[in-house]
Amino acid sequence: MASRLMALWEWFDSRMPSVAIETRKHLTEYYAPKNFNFWYYFGSLAILVLVIQIVSGIFLTMNYKPDATLAFGSVEYIMRDVPGGWLIRYIHSTGSSAFFIVVYLHMFRGLLYGSHRAPRELVWIFGVLIYLTLMGEAFFGYLLPWGQMSYWGAQVIVNLFATIPFIGPDIALWIRGDYVVSDATLNRFFAFHVIALPLVLLGLIVAHILALHDVGSNNPDGIEIKKKKDADGKPLDGIPFHPYYTVKDIVGAVVFLAVFCVILFFMPEMGGYFLEHNNFIPADPLKTPEHIAPVWYFTPYYSILRAVPPLFNSQFPGVLAMGLSVMILFFLPWLDRSPVKSIRYRGRYFKTALWIFVATFVLLGYLGVKPTTVWGQFGFDAFFMDTKEIATWVARVGTVLYFLFFILMPWYTAHDEVKPVPDRVTS
Amino acid sequence: MKTLLLALLVAPLAVHAAATGYKLDRAPIQSNDLLSLQAGARTFVNYCLNCHGAQYMRYNRLTDLGLTEEQIKDNLMFAADKVGDTMKVSMSVKDGKAWFGVPPPDLSVIARSRGADWLYTYMRTFYRDPKTATGWNNTVFPNAAMPHVLWTLQGERRLEILPHADNAGRVTVEYKWTQLSEGAQSTVEYDRTVRDLVNFLVYVGEPSASSRERIGVVVLFVLGLLFVFAYAMKREFWKDVKH
Repeated sequence: MASRLMALWEWFDSRMPSVAIETRKHLTEYYAPKNFNFWYYFGSLAILVLVIQIVSGIFLTMNYKPDATLAFGSVEYIMRDVPGGWLIRYIHSTGSSAFFIVVYLHMFRGLLYGSHRAPRELVWIFGVLIYLTLMGEAFFGYLLPWGQMSYWGAQVIVNLFATIPFIGPDIALWIRGDYVVSDATLNRFFAFHVIALPLVLLGLIVAHILALHDVGSNNPDGIEIKKKKDADGKPLDGIPFHPYYTVKDIVGAVVFLAVFCVILFFMPEMGGYFLEHNNFIPADPLKTPEHIAPVWYFTPYYSILRAVPPLFNSQFPGVLAMGLSVMILFFLPWLDRSPVKSIRYRGRYFKTALWIFVATFVLLGYLGVKPTTVWGQFGFDAFFMDTKEIATWVARVGTVLYFLFFILMPWYTAHDEVKPVPDRVTS
Repeated sequence: MKTLLLALLVAPLAVHAAATGYKLDRAPIQSNDLLSLQAGARTFVNYCLNCHGAQYMRYNRLTDLGLTEEQIKDNLMFAADKVGDTMKVSMSVKDGKAWFGVPPPDLSVIARSRGADWLYTYMRTFYRDPKTATGWNNTVFPNAAMPHVLWTLQGERRLEILPHADNAGRVTVEYKWTQLSEGAQSTVEYDRTVRDLVNFLVYVGEPSASSRERIGVVVLFVLGLLFVFAYAMKREFWKDVKH
């Protein structure tokens, strides 16, 4: 039996040797640094969530109807009449938030250990492209349940494009395919969500991983393991990805799935943050909800949008600031001038800047889910402004801090007091 | 277009202005109380289903509540022929619009958009108001188009809103209720009726909720087991990695 299997494999291998070659290149002979820590789980977890989303998405597509008169009802049909439908739907809705949590932590890991630095600039750029595509994917998907938040969220976001001078209104019309968000919009968003963007996403992920495997993984010490090799040419501090990191990532995956399932089975709405309460009201083009808030993963950018005051009665400056706040990520590899990569060997300038940045991002995210009057009911009169404006002013300060993290980076990273970097990885 | 956009961008500003500030009571609902759910179903089909539908909910799904299909047909089905039908409303959208100004909303997922506490408080805070078309008003949903459908149970009440200013100049509002006529139920009984109704509406909002939690426990147990094996495997493999 065993020899027969061997023979079959040899038959296969002699006709298609690239399977064995690529497996060696990317798994069994891909040497990853042996000192990966907690933060290094989120890359493989992102792939896991992608698979979860694709599989659950396929099953949802079998029952969902992309039609303005049927969409809302078809989701309830999935929730009630399709066997296991509620499970598939909650997997997909929880998965979308989980995707952003995992991706945000993955990006934060990059900032911590300098994974965006040379020679991994392309890995970083592909990563930012993945993040952008993911935002599009989430945005298009959010229209599909055709609830009030789906509808008005899409209306607001598409209208952002309408603020672009001269060509804006035409672009918005072109995106919607109608003068308001309508059945035509729903149909094209469905096409984008289930086929166009997933294809782009898959291509970018392949590019991200290929670019990574060409230069090799960074590590918590931010040093290049390829510089120290043994007699066979293998990195001294490297271990084969398979089996070492596959078995380790399985542990991470199980822990992740446990957290995922606690949310999925016991709090699928996550207090209105993963599934918004207002989205259980069918879309009504004639009734604007009192409070339109995007889903939590977009709220830092939404805060930036609202914080920037209009100019000549146009919201375009805010839209521009929001766009720039994402686009600026592309330049990170060149803004960072530190002689070291990892936070372990960086000085207090970078550490301070990073923590301020993280706090700012969380604060902006919090303000983005709340109405701008959130802190206006304390009932005291500040000496220089209307108390209703407090949150707006905090968001403005936050917006400035967000951009200063990047704009001042060339200065504070170059002048930071760094520690000596060891030759070999530490644990 | 520009005005619409501007309106949309400032729309979030208007939130608290619209909220009435009436503190919601906590709905003492229990999803595993079948008697309460059955009582709620009865109130629902008798009082709500004439104007509101629950168009995504099928009658035979009510077997979840410990009822047989025969019991459902005999006691709860007044507006449908087949037990597999959904709980559609008997009133047409056009009539609804003509009579109430807005067609009464479908209640399939009302508990998921409004929340149990809101519904529980809403159904218990109607008061007589001669200024409205229906003669009724509500504290948590001012000028609601819906009259007090359960008034024969609760009786008629009057509400006086008394503003008080404390020493710091902060204004608090006191709600003073007066019973104008007795209903068929005492306050305690009426609260229980509404509790049961809200319990039922929460169930209708997500009929699979109880099986969701049951399956969740099993899944987490399996994942816990899987963790033990996965961790043991990782330790075994990593023995030969020298730090």
